[in-house]
Amino acid sequence: MKILTQWLRDYLPGLNAPDHQLAEDLTLRGIAVEGVFDLGPGNGSLFETDITTNRVDAMNHYGVAREAAAIYGLTLAPLDMKPQETNPGTPGLTSATWVSAPPGVTIEAPDLCGRFTARVLRDVHIRPTTGIVAGRFKLLEQKQISNAVDATNYVMLAMGQPTHAFDLDKLQGGIVVRRARKGERLKLLDGTERTLDTDDLVVADEAKALALAGVMGGWDSMITAETRNILVEAAWFDPAAIRRSSRRHGIHTDASHRFERGADFNAAPIGNALVTKLILEAGGYQQGEFIDVVIPEAERRTAKRPAIQLAVSEVQRLLGTTEDGKGISAETAEQVLSALGCTLKSTEKGTYLVTLPSWRLDLEREIDLVEEVARVYGYNRFANTLPTFAGTVIELPHATRHSTVRELLLASGLNEAVTSTFCSAADAGLFAPQPGNSVAIGNPLSAEAGMLRPSLLPGLVTATEQCLNRNISNMRLFEIGTTFSGSTDRVDEKPALAFVVTGAVPASGAHHAARSFDFFDAKGIAEALMAKFQYKASYVDAVLLPAWLHPGRSARCVVDGFTIGYVGQLHPAEAQRRKLKQDVLIGEFYLDRLFALPLRQPRLQELSRYQAVARNFSFVLPNSVRWEQVANSLQSLAIPELLSYTPQEIFRADRKIPGIDEQHYALLLSTVFQATDRTLKDEELQAWSQRIIDMVQTLDGKLRS
Amino acid sequence: MTGYSNEELDASFAKLTDELEHSAQQIAGPDGVEQFRLEWLGRKQGRLKTVSEALLKNAPPEARKSIGQRFNVLKTQVEELLDRATNTGVVAINPAETIDITLPGTQRLLGAEHPLIKTMHEVVAVFQSMGYSVGIGPEVETDYYNFESLNFPPNHPARDTQDTLVIAGQERKPLRDRLLMRTHTSPVQIRTMEQQPPPLRIVIPGKVHRNDAADATHSPIFHQVEGLCVDTNITFSDLKGTLDHAMKAFFGSSVKTRFFPSFFPFTEPSADVQISCIFCGGKGCKKCKHSGWIELLGCGMVDPAVFGFVAQKQPGYDSRKISGFAFGMGVDRIAMMKYGISDISQMYSGDVRFLEQFA
Repeated sequence: MKILTQWLRDYLPGLNAPDHQLAEDLTLRGIAVEGVFDLGPGNGSLFETDITTNRVDAMNHYGVAREAAAIYGLTLAPLDMKPQETNPGTPGLTSATWVSAPPGVTIEAPDLCGRFTARVLRDVHIRPTTGIVAGRFKLLEQKQISNAVDATNYVMLAMGQPTHAFDLDKLQGGIVVRRARKGERLKLLDGTERTLDTDDLVVADEAKALALAGVMGGWDSMITAETRNILVEAAWFDPAAIRRSSRRHGIHTDASHRFERGADFNAAPIGNALVTKLILEAGGYQQGEFIDVVIPEAERRTAKRPAIQLAVSEVQRLLGTTEDGKGISAETAEQVLSALGCTLKSTEKGTYLVTLPSWRLDLEREIDLVEEVARVYGYNRFANTLPTFAGTVIELPHATRHSTVRELLLASGLNEAVTSTFCSAADAGLFAPQPGNSVAIGNPLSAEAGMLRPSLLPGLVTATEQCLNRNISNMRLFEIGTTFSGSTDRVDEKPALAFVVTGAVPASGAHHAARSFDFFDAKGIAEALMAKFQYKASYVDAVLLPAWLHPGRSARCVVDGFTIGYVGQLHPAEAQRRKLKQDVLIGEFYLDRLFALPLRQPRLQELSRYQAVARNFSFVLPNSVRWEQVANSLQSLAIPELLSYTPQEIFRADRKIPGIDEQHYALLLSTVFQATDRTLKDEELQAWSQRIIDMVQTLDGKLRS
Repeated sequence: MTGYSNEELDASFAKLTDELEHSAQQIAGPDGVEQFRLEWLGRKQGRLKTVSEALLKNAPPEARKSIGQRFNVLKTQVEELLDRATNTGVVAINPAETIDITLPGTQRLLGAEHPLIKTMHEVVAVFQSMGYSVGIGPEVETDYYNFESLNFPPNHPARDTQDTLVIAGQERKPLRDRLLMRTHTSPVQIRTMEQQPPPLRIVIPGKVHRNDAADATHSPIFHQVEGLCVDTNITFSDLKGTLDHAMKAFFGSSVKTRFFPSFFPFTEPSADVQISCIFCGGKGCKKCKHSGWIELLGCGMVDPAVFGFVAQKQPGYDSRKISGFAFGMGVDRIAMMKYGISDISQMYSGDVRFLEQFA
């Protein structure tokens, strides 16, 4: 909100601090001045302030002045609300003498309207605003409408009370404050016509609703150039009721902003008087009595709340040490709270009964007073101390597994990504591990973000799509994040790891032949990942592959009987849909399952002192024999000295090698033998080689001649 | 050899050294090494043999000592050169093997840590070193944990400041059970206190969501690190000291902190914390909008009402006996400041050109 320092100084005759100092002191005490603008000689400055939602009392000049008075220990000038002489020719008017005017005010909804004040002004002159009001509106860049309307706005800026001026001649009968009737219609000052509901509060006359109480006045009873007679209203409305109406109708006004945060119950008569005074400056007179209807129950909840107890020991227990080492004294607490409008009665030593000011509905409890003391004393005058602690630091249960996995992916050359938590319904359908188990957002940011991601892949594949479309063709990304499943009743969150690699393998270039990522790079990541954990058995197969994977170039990874993830090439149909013109390799792992396994604890195998011997075999095998069968058969030979076996090279028919046709392939198998207790003998090696050759023959393979 | 004065000896030996080095440079292949050895150390014809014979035989006794010293230096040089040639000079280098060493090296590329995650880990590490354990919690929360138990009453204006993304189909549930995307990491404070009696020190990193329009500095997805400390006699000055210490640990010991009043429903007193500008040291620059200060944290003493909610399950949180403070910060802003990122959306784009820069 905008604050003029010249206006503040009206209320603080003793204020000597220059504007910049004032801005800083207010900011450090909770009235955040975010901008100070010099308005030229004699005009003071304009403060752009940001007042927190709990401090509605400071959303006006008088309220800010009260803060400054507390900070500097100054006296706050009273609000000048004595109206100029009313029409001397009609003294002693009472409501009974109102001519064709409301006989009075009836509050039919006392739970929603706690106070209503009204005053009738006659023979007023509607004209443009002049004088101080006009000058200040100009400095504030506040739109001027007419003296009557400007008076209501000026008073709200001055002391925070929203008021309203009705054209009295448009009213029929007395004022009724009531709940709207279902379907009742009301045209508001902004020109819109609203259909009301039964929990909207309206200010009405006997015939119709006049205004949406506390939010906005009505069109039909507004002040116009022809207005001669005015009813000035100032009221106190229930915060929840105003908030409800304001939200339902989507209208946020200066008035609703203040009422819904809790206005000052005692400000209505003052606001009414100030508006009256301003309007009558241009002529006219007050007719009849000033009407002030107070609902005692509402007053008990606000202006006449019971006093609360404050123990200085509690202030000290919570606030601790001050820079001067003395802590907060009883005198300091008393001084601060008095300056803010509280009345303190000392009950026993170090304890007070504190009566709260009507404008501070945010103060309800002892802790609220503790905060006020700290705030006005100045936060930065407290010492910096460190609390002692006898506890221990406990890591998250999977912290080490998590960092092991993350470091492995980083070391594998993949960049860490963080992508959207949301995805489109189409992506959720495709990538969800369990179809139909995805969760929708009720108010999504966009249609593409309508679902909670059931997988990390939508984010990574979308990122890939965007990069490839920008001609960035080499990508290596991984993400560790949360995936969501379940229903609107219950949402399950699980940690997952996903990756994508596509384009050139790093380190290709001038020195090394370029090659692109393929399935085996993706599988290699999966193998390295699994190798970090301790388990009994693992294998990959192509069973139950998800729809996002290429059915011929993908694998399911199974560890100890549980599917822990999938790797492979993005399904060509999906690649085509996203216009991806190169092979994209992806994988996803369910970290909840992987993290159920312990990390592998390396154990040293004693190094043999004896020479290892390598033996290579070149076999021809039918295409139907897969490496897994060869490896399993080698394993079943149970030769303890067989240290390792690797498929060194695979040749297929496309390599045009003699003896290799469309039905067969050549496998260059390299083996290493070593014993821990002796040097291997030729005869032994011969025998083992023969067993390997025999084994391959049982697979319909043979040595290449 | 011409004379035996120091100057004359110096000149003679310098000449010999030159000849030695020249001869060593000519070594090519194993044969060359042997040839070098014979030339200088040969028992009959070797240069050292002839030099020693010629010099020492004819030298006056008073010069012998100084000749001997110079001779020994020369001999050591010969032996060193021979050693070197024996070890390395045996392979003849073909000039065609020479490569262009100015071409770029082949790097085994490591992946880059995401600047956000890296920053988050760094912040967490600072508090871990101060005795804080790490806590995490769900990203989909109930209204109770995200708002109500943190003292945001239903329909309270404070809820307006945190526009919320909600899970579909919640309308029929009681308000407190409705599911939403957590708008802050603070619900984990409640969840942790419900699980553990005081004393407690916990630091909570996590992803949060708000229904905010995206711009350069706002994203509907962002990250926070939150902290909570509860014990007997925890004070506002402890809060100040803790955050001042943490900011110095994170940004450097010259950083100053400044506290000023703010409002959060779940803390009272509440404060915003500024640090002296890490770019200009507080003098004022563009980054701190010439104020010398950068706003970084929200914090405060835990509101007794929050303890009241927790005490329903964990009676140890009696606000008359214990007290505590909580603090929270946006990780995105810190990362952006630290790495000079001006558009927050880049962090969530998966754009490799962006990510690779943090390798």
